[in-house]
Amino acid sequence: MLNLLWLVPTFPLAGFLLLALCGLPKRLAAWVGVGSVGIAALLTLGIAVEFLGMPASEQVFRQTLWQWMSSGDFTATFALYLDPLALVMMCIITGIGFLIHLYSVGYMDEDPAFSRFFAYMNLFVAAMLVLVLGDNLVLLYLGWEGVGLCSYLLIGFWYDSPENGYAARKAFIVTRIGDTSMAIGLFLLFMHLGTLDIQQLMQSAGDNWAQGSLLPTLAAALLLGGALGKSAQLPLQTWLPDAMAGPTPISALIHAATMVTAGVYLIARTHELFMLAPEVLFVVAVIGVLTLLISGFTALVQTDIKRILAFSTMSQLGYMFLALGVGAWSAAIFHLMTHAFFKALLFLASGAVIICMHHEQDIFKMGGLRKRLPVSFWSFVIGGLALAALPLTSGYYSKHEILGATHVFARSGDTLWAVAVLGALITGIYTSRLIFVVFFGADKTHADESSIGLNIKLPLIILCVLSLFGGLIHVPLDRVFPLQQVLPHLAGTANALTIAAPFVGILIAYLFFYGKPELSEKVAANSLGKMLQRFWFSGWGFDWLYQKLLVNPLMWLVRANKKDVVDSFYHLIAWLIRLLHRLLSMSQTGRVQWYAAGIALGVVVIVGLGVWRQHLWF
Amino acid sequence: MVLVWLILILFLGGILAWLADRTRLADPRWIAIATILIDLLVLISFSLSSSSVTIAGQEWWATLDLPWIPRFGIHFILAMDGLAFLMLLLTLFLGLIAVLSSWTEIKKSSGFFHFNLLWTLAGVAGVFTALDLFLFFFFWEVMLIPMYFIIAVWGHENRTYAAIKFFIFTQASGLLMLLAMVALVYFNYQQSGQLSFSYFDLLGANLSGAPVFWLMLGFFIAFVVKLPGVPLHTWLPDAHTQAPTAGSVILAGILLKTGAYGLIRFCVPLFPEESVIFAPTAMTLGVISIIYGALVAFAQTDIKRLIAYTSISHMGFVLLGVYAFNSQGYQGAVMTMLAHGMTSAALFAFAGSVQQRIHTRDMREMGGFWGSAPKMGAIVMFFSIAALGMPGLANFIGEFLVLLGAFKANSWITVVAALGLILAPIYSLVVIQRIFHGKPLVPRDISDFSSREVLMMGMMMLITIGLGLYPQPVMETVGLVLQMGVS
Repeated sequence: MLNLLWLVPTFPLAGFLLLALCGLPKRLAAWVGVGSVGIAALLTLGIAVEFLGMPASEQVFRQTLWQWMSSGDFTATFALYLDPLALVMMCIITGIGFLIHLYSVGYMDEDPAFSRFFAYMNLFVAAMLVLVLGDNLVLLYLGWEGVGLCSYLLIGFWYDSPENGYAARKAFIVTRIGDTSMAIGLFLLFMHLGTLDIQQLMQSAGDNWAQGSLLPTLAAALLLGGALGKSAQLPLQTWLPDAMAGPTPISALIHAATMVTAGVYLIARTHELFMLAPEVLFVVAVIGVLTLLISGFTALVQTDIKRILAFSTMSQLGYMFLALGVGAWSAAIFHLMTHAFFKALLFLASGAVIICMHHEQDIFKMGGLRKRLPVSFWSFVIGGLALAALPLTSGYYSKHEILGATHVFARSGDTLWAVAVLGALITGIYTSRLIFVVFFGADKTHADESSIGLNIKLPLIILCVLSLFGGLIHVPLDRVFPLQQVLPHLAGTANALTIAAPFVGILIAYLFFYGKPELSEKVAANSLGKMLQRFWFSGWGFDWLYQKLLVNPLMWLVRANKKDVVDSFYHLIAWLIRLLHRLLSMSQTGRVQWYAAGIALGVVVIVGLGVWRQHLWF
Repeated sequence: MVLVWLILILFLGGILAWLADRTRLADPRWIAIATILIDLLVLISFSLSSSSVTIAGQEWWATLDLPWIPRFGIHFILAMDGLAFLMLLLTLFLGLIAVLSSWTEIKKSSGFFHFNLLWTLAGVAGVFTALDLFLFFFFWEVMLIPMYFIIAVWGHENRTYAAIKFFIFTQASGLLMLLAMVALVYFNYQQSGQLSFSYFDLLGANLSGAPVFWLMLGFFIAFVVKLPGVPLHTWLPDAHTQAPTAGSVILAGILLKTGAYGLIRFCVPLFPEESVIFAPTAMTLGVISIIYGALVAFAQTDIKRLIAYTSISHMGFVLLGVYAFNSQGYQGAVMTMLAHGMTSAALFAFAGSVQQRIHTRDMREMGGFWGSAPKMGAIVMFFSIAALGMPGLANFIGEFLVLLGAFKANSWITVVAALGLILAPIYSLVVIQRIFHGKPLVPRDISDFSSREVLMMGMMMLITIGLGLYPQPVMETVGLVLQMGVS
C-alpha cells in the first residue's frame, strides 16, 4: 500500500488534466472532479492504516520518483517523504478536500464554468499534497507556489468583475512577497549547508550551527517570511479577507482548511531549524498573538458573513503560530486539524446560507433564519461552539492545549497567555454575534433550504460530527517533535479563566445582539465607538497604510517612467547629430563670397596653428 | 561537413522560397517549413551519431577547419558542442514557430519574406557554430541584415524608425566588437608571432601588457546590446513592437540568445581573469535589467511593448547567472535562455494573433476575451504563469538555479535580484486581467485560436512542461561551468 503513495497526488492531477483538456459534459466532470479526490482519500486511508500499524520507530517512508535537477553540487529529486506529520496533513487535505468537492457539485451546479472550477480544485489538491509530501524544500516550494497559483485562479474564478481579479492578484502578489523571502532562505541554507533535502538539512543544521547564532536565525527568519505570507499573519495578512471574492467552497478548502495552514506546516516541518533560532521562535509567538487579537477585533465589526469567517481564520492561525512559538508543536498541528473541521464546516454552512439567500452576504439583511434553514443553523451552532472552544467540542481540546503550553512558557508566557485568553473571549463574542444576528431576531426574508440537496447537506453533517468529536482523535506526532519539557497543565485560576473566557464572550454577545440590541446601537453611536468601528472595520488600516507606503509610490514611479527614461539619452544623441547636420548644411549656401571667406579663414587658422606649435616647440 | 550543411540548407531554402514565389510554383511558406524540418532532421540525426573530440580541454561533437584567408590567419572553423547544439535546436524549432505564427499575416511578397526569415536563421546558425572570430563576425552581420528588412518592410506603423534604430545599435556594437577582435588578434600576434583569428588559438593567449580589460569590454558591450541589458536596451522595445509576428518571435526567441551565447562562448573564456574582476559590475547590470525591465513592462499599454520589456527582465537573469561562475549559475542561465525562448515566442505569437484579429495592440481596448476565446485565454495564462517563474515549468528551473548560483557568488546582489520574483507576477497577471478578464470597453467577440495556433502553442507548452519537470538531459548536454574557463 505504501508504494502507492505517488498515486495520491497523481489522481487529482490526472483529474485536472482530464477536466482541462477534454471538454467533459457536466455530470462526467463532476464524477471526475469528485472521484479523483475521493480515490486519493481512499488511498490515503489505506496508507494511514498500514503506516500507523507499523512500529512507531519505523514510521518513515521515502519514495523517489525521479531526479528532478542536478547541477554541480546541487541536487533536487522528485521524492515523497511520509512521516506522521505529512500523514496528518494528507488526511486533512484529501478527507476535507473530498467533502468540499462533494459539496461543490451542489454549490456550483448552476455555474456555466462548472468543469473549469473542478479542474482548478483538483490541481489545488494535487499541489497541496506535493507541498506536504515533498522530500526537499524545492519540491515543497513547487507545491507552495502551485497552491498559490490555484488560490489566484479560484479567487478570480468569476472573472467578469474587476474587483475579483484585483483580489486574486493581491493574494498572489502579497504571498509572493513572503515566498521570495522563503526562496532567499533556501539559497542561504544551500550555500551554507550544501543541501535542500529536508531531513539532511535539519540534521546538518543541528550539527553545524550553534543555537542562537546568526545563520540559523537568519535562515529561520527568511523561511518565516514565507509562512507569514501563506498563513496570512501580520504583516502580510491583508490578502485573506479580499480572497473571499472566490466561490465559497474554495474559501473553505483553500482559505480555511488547507492552504493557509501551509505556513504552520512549514515551521513544524523545519522545527529543528527554528529551535536553533529561539529569537525567531519568540517572534513567531508574538506575531501569533498580535494577529489573533487584531483580527479578532476586526471580525467583531464586519458585516459580510464570509469576511467575519476570514478574520476568524486569521485569528485561529494566530493561535497556531503562538503554539509553534512556544514550542507546543503537536498542539499547533492538533489545532490545525480541528480548525480544518470546524472552519470548513462554518464556511460550507455560510455557503448554504448564501445560496438560500440568493447570494446575499450581509448578515444584517439576514435574521431569524433559525427555523427556515435548520441544517445551516445547526451547522453554524456546532461549528461556532467549536470555534469558540466550548468544553467537549474539538476546538476546546486543541485550544486548551495551546493556552496551557503558553501559560507555562518561560519567556513572558503569562502575558502571551493573557492576550490569547482575551482573544478567546473575543472569539466568543464575534462567533455568537454572527449566529444571533443571522439566525435569531426578526424574520427578514423568505429563504428556505429547498434549493440545497443532499450533496450539500451530507458534507455539513459529517463535518458537524468531526467538529464535535474530532478532538478525541489522537494525533500521532509524539515521535516527530521533541517532547515538551514542562507538561502543559493549567490549574486553579488560570484554568478557570481559560475555560470561562468564551462563555463570557457569548454572554456579552447575547446581551448586545440578542437581549438588548439597543446597547450595541448606543455603543456604535458615540464618537469613540464610531471611530473604533471604522478603524477595526478597515482591518486596522493596513490596506490604507500599504497603499500609501508601497503601492502609490510604485505606481507613481512606474507611470513616470512609462516612456523609459534611458531612451531619452539616445534621443539626445540623435538630436545632437541632427543639429550638427543642420549647422553644417547651413554652410552650404552656394555663395562664392562665403566659400572664399571660408578658405581664407581656414588658411589663416592653419598657418596660425603651425606658427604657434613651432613657437611652442622651439 | 554536416555543420556546413546545417547552415547551407537554410541559405538554399531561402533562395528557393524566393524563387518559388517569383515563379508561382510553390507556396514559400511550405518551402520554409520543409527547409527547417530537413535541417532539424539533419541536426538531430547528427547529434545521435556524433562522437566527441577534445580540443583545448573541451569536448566538441564536431569540428571543421578549412583555410579561408590564410594571409590574415582567418580560417573557416565551425564546431558544435552541447551548448551550440541546444541553441541550434532552439533556433530551428522557433524558426518553425515563426513561420507558423505569420502564416496568414504576410500578404505582400511572401517569397522575399521567407527568404529573409531563412537567411536570418542561417546567420544565427552560423553564429552558434563559428569558432573563427572573423567568421563569427561575418555571421553576426548576416543575421542582422535580413532582420532589418523583415522589420522595415513587413513591420507595423512605425517600422522605419524601429528598423533603423535596431540597425544602428547593432552596427555600432558590432563595430566595437570588430575593433576588439582585431586588437585581440594583433596583441596575440605581438606576443606569439602567430597571426590567427581562430578561437582555439586565442583561448590560451597570453596578453600581458595589452589593454585586455578594454578588449573584454568591447566584446561585453557588443553582446550586452544584443542581450539586451539596461542601459543598452532601448532598440529592443521598438524593434519588437514594430516587427511582424515572425520577426518578434525570432528576435525574442533567438536573436537575444546570440548575445548571451557570445558572453558564454567568447567574452568570458577569452578573458577569464578580466571577467572575474568585472563580474560584480556585470551582475549588477543583470540585476538592474531584471528590476528596471519589470518596472517599465508594468507601465506599458501596448502588449508587444510589455512583452518586450519582460524580455529585458528575463535576460537579466542570464547575465546574472553567467557571471556567477558556478555550475548552477551557468546551467541556470542556459535553461533561462531556452525557457525564455519558449515563453516569449509564445507570447509574441499570441500578441500577433490578437493584432491580426482586432487590429490593435492597445490593451486598454481589450478585456473579457476569455468568454469568447477560452482556449486562447488558457494558453496565454499558461505562458504568463510560466514567465513569472512557476515551479514545474521551464523558467523556474532557470531562474532558481541562476539565483541559487548567484547567491553563492554575491549574496547581496542576488537578494535584490530576487525582488524580480515579486515584480514578475505584477506585470504578468495584469496582462491576463486586462485582456482576458473583466469586461471589454468595446464589446466584441474575438475568434478563438485556430487549430494551427493551438498546434503551435501546444508544442511550446509541452516543451515548457518537459523542461520544467525533467530538465536533466538538457543540463547534462549543457555541461559544466568548466567550459567557460573560469573556476
